[in-house]
Amino acid sequence: MAQTQEQYRARLGRRKIQEKLFRACGIGALALASMFLIYFFVTIIQRGYPAFTQAYVQAELTYNKKSSSKFGYRNAVDKELQKIVSRGVLRTIPLQMKHNPEMMDTSETKWVLATADVDQYLKGKHDQLTDAEKSTVDRLVEEGLIERKFNVPFFTNADSKLPEMAGIRVAITGTVMVLLITMAVALPIGIMTSIYLEEFAPDNKLTQVIEVNINNLAAIPSIIFGLLGLSIVINFLGVPRSSALAAGLTLGLMMLPVIIIATRAALRSVPDSIREAAYGVGASPWQVVAHHVLPLSLPGIMTGTIISMARAMGETAPLLIVGLMAYVSQPPGSILEGTTVLPAQIYMWTTDSERAYIERTAAAILILLVILLILNAGAIWLRNRTERQW
Amino acid sequence: MVTTSTDPKPDAKSEAEASEQAPPKIHIGDVDFYYGDFHALKGMNLDVPAREVTAFIGPSGCGKSTLLRCINRMNDLVPGIRLEGRVHLDGEDLYDPKIDVVEVRRKIGMVFQKPNPFPKSIYDNILYAPRIHGMVSGKSESDDLVEECLTKAGLWGEVKDRLQLPGTALSGGQQQRLCIARTIAVKPEVLLMDEPCSALDPIATAKIEDLISELKQEFTVVIVTHNMQQATRVSDHTAFFYLGELVEFNETAYLFTKPDNKQTEDYISGRFG
Amino acid sequence: MTLTFTIAIVLVGSALLGLIGYLLGFRRAKAAGAKGRLHSQPPQHGGYVASLAAGVPLLVGSIFGVILLFRPKSEFSAGADDVVEASSAFPMVSTIVLLVLGVIAMIWGLRRITSDFRARTAGEKIIRGTLVGSAFLSIATTVGIVASILFQAISFFRGDEAAGRPGVGVWDFLSGTIWSPEAAFLQSQGSARAGESFAEPLFGAVPIFAGTFMITTIALLLAVPIGIFAAIYLSEYASDRVRKTLKPLLELLAGIPTVVYGFFAVVTVAPLVVAFFETLGFEAVSYQNALTCGLVMGIMIIPLVSSLSDDVIRAVPNALREGSLALGTTRAETVSRVILPAALPGIVSAVLLAISRAIGETMIVVMAASLRANLTANPLEDMTTVTVRIVSALVGDKSFDSAETLSAFALGLVLFLLTLILNVAATMIIRNFRRKYAL
Repeated sequence: MAQTQEQYRARLGRRKIQEKLFRACGIGALALASMFLIYFFVTIIQRGYPAFTQAYVQAELTYNKKSSSKFGYRNAVDKELQKIVSRGVLRTIPLQMKHNPEMMDTSETKWVLATADVDQYLKGKHDQLTDAEKSTVDRLVEEGLIERKFNVPFFTNADSKLPEMAGIRVAITGTVMVLLITMAVALPIGIMTSIYLEEFAPDNKLTQVIEVNINNLAAIPSIIFGLLGLSIVINFLGVPRSSALAAGLTLGLMMLPVIIIATRAALRSVPDSIREAAYGVGASPWQVVAHHVLPLSLPGIMTGTIISMARAMGETAPLLIVGLMAYVSQPPGSILEGTTVLPAQIYMWTTDSERAYIERTAAAILILLVILLILNAGAIWLRNRTERQW
Repeated sequence: MVTTSTDPKPDAKSEAEASEQAPPKIHIGDVDFYYGDFHALKGMNLDVPAREVTAFIGPSGCGKSTLLRCINRMNDLVPGIRLEGRVHLDGEDLYDPKIDVVEVRRKIGMVFQKPNPFPKSIYDNILYAPRIHGMVSGKSESDDLVEECLTKAGLWGEVKDRLQLPGTALSGGQQQRLCIARTIAVKPEVLLMDEPCSALDPIATAKIEDLISELKQEFTVVIVTHNMQQATRVSDHTAFFYLGELVEFNETAYLFTKPDNKQTEDYISGRFG
Repeated sequence: MTLTFTIAIVLVGSALLGLIGYLLGFRRAKAAGAKGRLHSQPPQHGGYVASLAAGVPLLVGSIFGVILLFRPKSEFSAGADDVVEASSAFPMVSTIVLLVLGVIAMIWGLRRITSDFRARTAGEKIIRGTLVGSAFLSIATTVGIVASILFQAISFFRGDEAAGRPGVGVWDFLSGTIWSPEAAFLQSQGSARAGESFAEPLFGAVPIFAGTFMITTIALLLAVPIGIFAAIYLSEYASDRVRKTLKPLLELLAGIPTVVYGFFAVVTVAPLVVAFFETLGFEAVSYQNALTCGLVMGIMIIPLVSSLSDDVIRAVPNALREGSLALGTTRAETVSRVILPAALPGIVSAVLLAISRAIGETMIVVMAASLRANLTANPLEDMTTVTVRIVSALVGDKSFDSAETLSAFALGLVLFLLTLILNVAATMIIRNFRRKYAL
C-alpha cells in the first residue's frame, strides 16, 4: 500500500468519525423538524385554549323607558357595570323590549357577557381597563359576581366587531356550504374524467396532452385559481362575489386535477385480471367498469376524496380573491349570499389589531386543525381497512 | 498476467496433505444463522483453504449464498438477523465487536450475481474504493493501479483507450470483469463470488472462468454456483449444502466422482434440485 | 323569473322527463320483448330514453347559457342575469322550449325501441360521450386560466386610451425598479388639475421579484438541507419502525394550512426574530421582515423536499449500495459518493418543485410580509412579493379596470409561466431518471 499501517488506521478512525457526523446530521434534521412541529403546536395551544372560557358578569338588567331607547340602553345596568357588561348584550335590549312589551318596568338578574377587556384582564393579558375599573372587577370577582364560563358564543355567534361576541358560526356554515359545492363540482367530473382516461381513452397524442395538462394543473399555485375565479366565475358567469357558489366553483376547479390523479391511481390499482375476467363472461366495456372496476376502486377513490376535502378546507388565497373576506355578520341564507370560511376568518382576525382576537384566532385554528386531523385520520383508517393485496 | 506462485504444482494427494498443514484461510465453526425466527444455517463447520478455489453448490434455498454473505458480513445489512458461532479469517474472529466491519469488507471482496458497476467512468469505478481507503495518491499511482487491476481482470486490452466511458456502457461480461477489477483494487485477501456468471452468456462465462483460475494465485476464492459443471471446471474444493446444512466438503475431484454421502450423489446425478 | 328559478325549473323538469322516459321506455321494451327476443335488457332501454329525455334539455340549455354569456356587457353587469331580468317573457319561453325539446327527444327515443334495438350499445355511446366531455373540461380549465390571465394582462400592457389609462411597456415592467401605482390611481381619476405635475405611475416589478426571490432563497436554504438529510436518515439508517413513525410526522407539517403558518409567523416568529436581532444590536428590524417569512415558508416546504428525496433515494437500486459497501466503505461514504450522485436528477427535480411551491405561496407572505416594494439585500427589512401584490390589488375596492388591478394579472402571468416552466422541467427530469433505472 501507499501508506503505512498507522496512516491507514488513522484514516479509518477519521472515516468512522465522519460516519458518525453524517448520521448525526440526519438525526439532527429530523430532530429539528420535530422541534418545529412541537413548538408550533405548543404555541397554538397555549394561545388558543384561553379562548374557550369567557368572562361573564351577573348583573341586574332594568327594563324601563330609559333603557328602551335607542341610545339609552346603557342605563339598563348600574353605572359601575356599564363599562363591564358587554355592549353587545346591552344594545339588543331596545329591540327585545319592542318585541316583548310586557318586559316594560321589570328587571331581571342574569349572567351576561362581560367586555373583552374584563375578560383579558382576568386572563392576565394585556387590557385597557382603568385602575378604577380594575378594582371594581376585583371586587365583583370576590363577590362571585364575575366568573369565567365555557365560551358558547364562540361557537354560536357570527363574527363581530366586539371581540367578546365574535364567533365562528358563519365561518363554519360557510365552510360546509363551500365544501359541498366544491365536491359536487369536482367529484362527478373528476371521476368521469378518470374513468375515461383510464379505461376508454385511446393511447394517442390527444390523451397525452390531456394527461400532461392535468398534471400541470395540479401543481399550479392556488392564487392563480383565484384569478381564474375572479375573471371567469365572477366576471364572466356573473356569480356574486363573496358567495359560497363562487368559492365552491373556484375550489371545485382547483380540486379537479387532484381528484383525477387520486381516482386514476385507485382505478389503476385494480388488476387487469378482473377486467379480463369480466370481458370473458360477456360484459360490455361500460359494464366492466361500472360493475367490476369501480366498486373495487371505491375505497381508494373515497380516500382520495377525503384528502382533497381536507386540502380544500385549508385553502385561503383563492377565496380571498373571490371575495370571502368581507365582514359577514349573518349566516348566509343561500349559496348566493356573502359568506366566509374558517381559514378566511382566521386570516381576517389575525390582521385585526385588537389583542383579544389573538386567542380567538388561535382557538379557531385549533378547531380547524382538529377537523383536518379527523379527516386525514379517517382517510388513513379507511385506506388501511380496505387496502387489498392483489 | 502476473503469476505469483513459484512452486511447481503438486499432484492432488500431496496437495491435500499440504493444505491440511497450512492454517485455513477462513474457518467457519459451529455457525447457526437466523433470519428472525427462520433457522437458515444449521451447525456449519467448514475450513476454506488459502489460495484455492472453493465452490459452494446445492439446490435453491440451501443456504449457500447466505453463508457466503456471512463471511463478509453483508448479512448485517438485513434487520433481525442473528449469528452464533465463529467465523475466522486467519484466526481472527470477524464478528468480534472490536472489529470494524469496514475493515472486514476491505479484506474480503465480493462480486455479485448481476454486475453492478457504479454510474461513473471505468476509471472512477476502479479507483472509488482505493481513494476512500487512502491507498493511492497522485495521478501516476492511480493510473498504475487501474491498469494493474484491469489487466488482472482481463479487461485492459478492451478498454484501455476508453477509460472515461461510463461503466454501465460495457457489455454484461465486460461489466462483470469491471466489477472484479474494482473488487481487487483494494487488495483483498479473499474473493467471494455469488453466482458471478449466471447473468452472462457462455462466451463471457468462459472468460470469467479462465480469470478465476488466474485469480486464485493471488486470492482465496469462494464461488457459489448453480452450475455443477462450472464447479468441476474451476474449483479445487467443493462444499455441498442442503436445507441449511453442510452435507459434504471435499476436493472437487473426489466429491464429483466418489461422493461419500448419498444425498450428494443424488444431487450431482440430477435426481433432485 | 330570476335566473336561479329558471335554472331550477329546467333541472327539475329534465329530471321529471328523464323519469317518465325511463318508465315509458322500460314498458315499451318489455312489450317488444314479449313478441321476440330482446337484444338489450328493458332497464337499458329505459336508461337510453331517460338519458335522451333529460340530457337534451340540459345540454342544449347549457350551450345556450354559455352563448348568452358572451353577450357584450356593461361595466357593472352581472352577466346572464341581465337578459333574464330584462324581459320577463324570455325565461319562460326558453324553459318551455327546452322542455319541449326534451319531450321530442323522448318520443324519438321511444320510437326506436324494437326487439332488436341495441339499446345497451346506444346507451353506452351516450355514456362514453359524457365521459369524453368531462375530460375536455380539464382542458377547458387550463384554457380558461390562460385566457383569463392573458386577456387582462394584455389589457394592462396595452392600456386603454378611452379610459385614460396609459399602457405599460413589457420591458419596463420586467426591468423597472420602481413600483408606485399610487400615481396610476390619481391618473385614472382624470388629471383635471391641469398643469400640475405628478409622478408618472411606475410599474417596475423588479423590487417585487426581488422580494419573492429573497424569501424563496431563505426558505430553500432552510428546507433543502433539512429535507435531504431527513430523507437520507429515513431511507438509509432508520429501522422500519422508526420510519413508520417519523414519516407521518413529517407529513403532518405538510398538512397544516398555510394561513395557520401565517398566523404562527406573525404572532410568534416575527417578535422572536425582532427581539433576537435587536439584542444583537441591529436597529430598525421591521416586524414584517423577510427573514420571518423565509423561515416559516422553509418549515412548510421541508416535507415536500424530504418526501420527494426519499422517493428518489429509495429508487436507486440496492445493488449499487451493496456493491459499494462490499468494498469496505461506510454508509456515509456510500450515500454521499454513490447514492446521492445517482439520485441527483431526482433531487434537482425536488428542489425545482420546492422553488415552484415557494414562489407561489401566498398566505404566509400576505400575513407576515409588507406591501412595500423594497429592493434591498437585507433580509431584516420588510418587503413584498408577487403573490402579496396580486392579493392586495384585487381585494380592494378599486374599479376592475384600473391599472393597479390589472397589474395583478400581469404579475399573475409571470407567476404562472414561471411555475409552469419549473414544474415541466421537474417532471421531465424525473421521467428521464425513472427511465434510466427502468422503473
